[in-house]
Amino acid sequence: MNIPIYLDNNATTPMDPRVLEAMLPYFNEKFGNAASRNHPFGWVAEEGVDYAREQVAKLIGATEKEIIFTSGATESDNLAIKGVFEMYKEKGNHIITSVTEHKAVLDACKHVEKLGGRVTYLPVKEDGLIDLAELEAAMTSETILVSIMYGNNEIGVIQPIKEMAAIAHKYGALFMTDATQAVGKIPVNVIADGIDLLALSAHKMYGPKGVGALYVRRKGPRVKVTAQMDGGGHERGMRSGTLNVPGIVGLGKACELAGLEMESEAKRLSALRDKLQSALTVLEESYVNGNVEHRLPHVANISFKYVEGEGLMMAMKDLAVSSGSACTSASLEPSYVLKSLGLSDDLAHSSIRFGLGRFTTEEEIDYAIEITKKSVNHLRELSPLWEMFKEGIDLDSIEWAEH
Amino acid sequence: MAYSDKVIDHYTNPRNVGTLDKSSHKVGTGLVGAPECGDVMRLQIQVDDNNIITDAKFKTFGCGSAIASSSLATEWLKGKSVDDAMKIDNMDIVEELALPPVKIHCSVLAEDAIKAAINDFRVKNGMEPFVLEKSHH
Repeated sequence: MNIPIYLDNNATTPMDPRVLEAMLPYFNEKFGNAASRNHPFGWVAEEGVDYAREQVAKLIGATEKEIIFTSGATESDNLAIKGVFEMYKEKGNHIITSVTEHKAVLDACKHVEKLGGRVTYLPVKEDGLIDLAELEAAMTSETILVSIMYGNNEIGVIQPIKEMAAIAHKYGALFMTDATQAVGKIPVNVIADGIDLLALSAHKMYGPKGVGALYVRRKGPRVKVTAQMDGGGHERGMRSGTLNVPGIVGLGKACELAGLEMESEAKRLSALRDKLQSALTVLEESYVNGNVEHRLPHVANISFKYVEGEGLMMAMKDLAVSSGSACTSASLEPSYVLKSLGLSDDLAHSSIRFGLGRFTTEEEIDYAIEITKKSVNHLRELSPLWEMFKEGIDLDSIEWAEH
Repeated sequence: MAYSDKVIDHYTNPRNVGTLDKSSHKVGTGLVGAPECGDVMRLQIQVDDNNIITDAKFKTFGCGSAIASSSLATEWLKGKSVDDAMKIDNMDIVEELALPPVKIHCSVLAEDAIKAAINDFRVKNGMEPFVLEKSHH
């Protein structure tokens, strides 16, 4: 067992050695530019890209012409939201998204607002799910796009994508989803779900960093986005820039492997995650954040009340996890996702996200359970809030000096 | 962000964790911070008849730097006169623990806790509380 144990697979995943192996030739002997149409160097690179396009398309039920390669999910989100707004703004200027989206979506929406767009940020229920009735109530004749993430990066909650896409279509809007955390982990099918645009990233599914894709539907309806970068007109004019051939080959291989192993991996990971979760919620005053039924198989977000998240992570230095605590963020604000669930700031400060992955073993989970329990108990011994709680003092009755 | 060795030392082996009898007139208690802000410190001092701090204890809810700042404060308080304890400045703590700028508020909180404990002791013993200047945020 290697220490520290990596349980932050929602941040990024280690690359699968099989992916690396597939990529390596494209750094040297197959170095050609996929856009060079007149010699074998270009053809070989293009062949690699074409094969990867098929592999990506297959994983999400798309056709290869619908896959636009990008530098990652952030770029895909930006291209989809800004690109749809620019392309369809004559039709309407309204976009609907939700408060728990990734910053790439939220900030792209903020950008659209500056360009004259109107954006509705739907709230979520206590379990992190969006109320379908609220989505429907927000739809107007001006709505051109609904953008809702598939699975949440912090709490793992899976939104009712199919139902939301149907509502969007009923009102003539397109449906986009940031599926960065979901693709390769659970079955995602753009046809069955009615998805018009979908963002995905290689490094969340054991592929390399710096490469991702945007799925853009070509039939029923044929969706268009305005390019956000000017240049050689690559990727059917939607994303200029010489293709990152080794990265794209890696993304393709990562998709192929995820498709082959998804079913057994999901079972294995959810069993390990459930083991971790049930062992840790035995601790007094510990709470699982977000819906536990509609959830990605590899995530558990747990708040340990009366213990501060960053302090806790320091105690669990043998584990690489992440926290919704303000102290871990650049903004010094606790997680906006956890606050959107109606969690009080102190519970948001006390949260730890455990993200399991392909290389997580049962032995590691057993050790993680032991370390976490020990650390929570240790820090509670140091916590004046825990002492007050144990003495039966109502912490809300105290006038705290906020600073 | 990496922690300094001194922060890690205080965090791993915190000094003077515990609780003094807050009903005793020899004990002053300072409780500062707020759970919503992610840090709460409780610092207690026990003072003898010569105005010397003979014991100090703390409990802190917060990050590693907050725990280290309060642990260090209790170490410094023991043996000091109350007047000298008033002179402890948050920047002394910043320097000793090599706290980065984003963690300076932890040291401010520790200084506030020291002063709050001293004032609690003074009020309990019929003295006027010191007027505290607004902390150095």
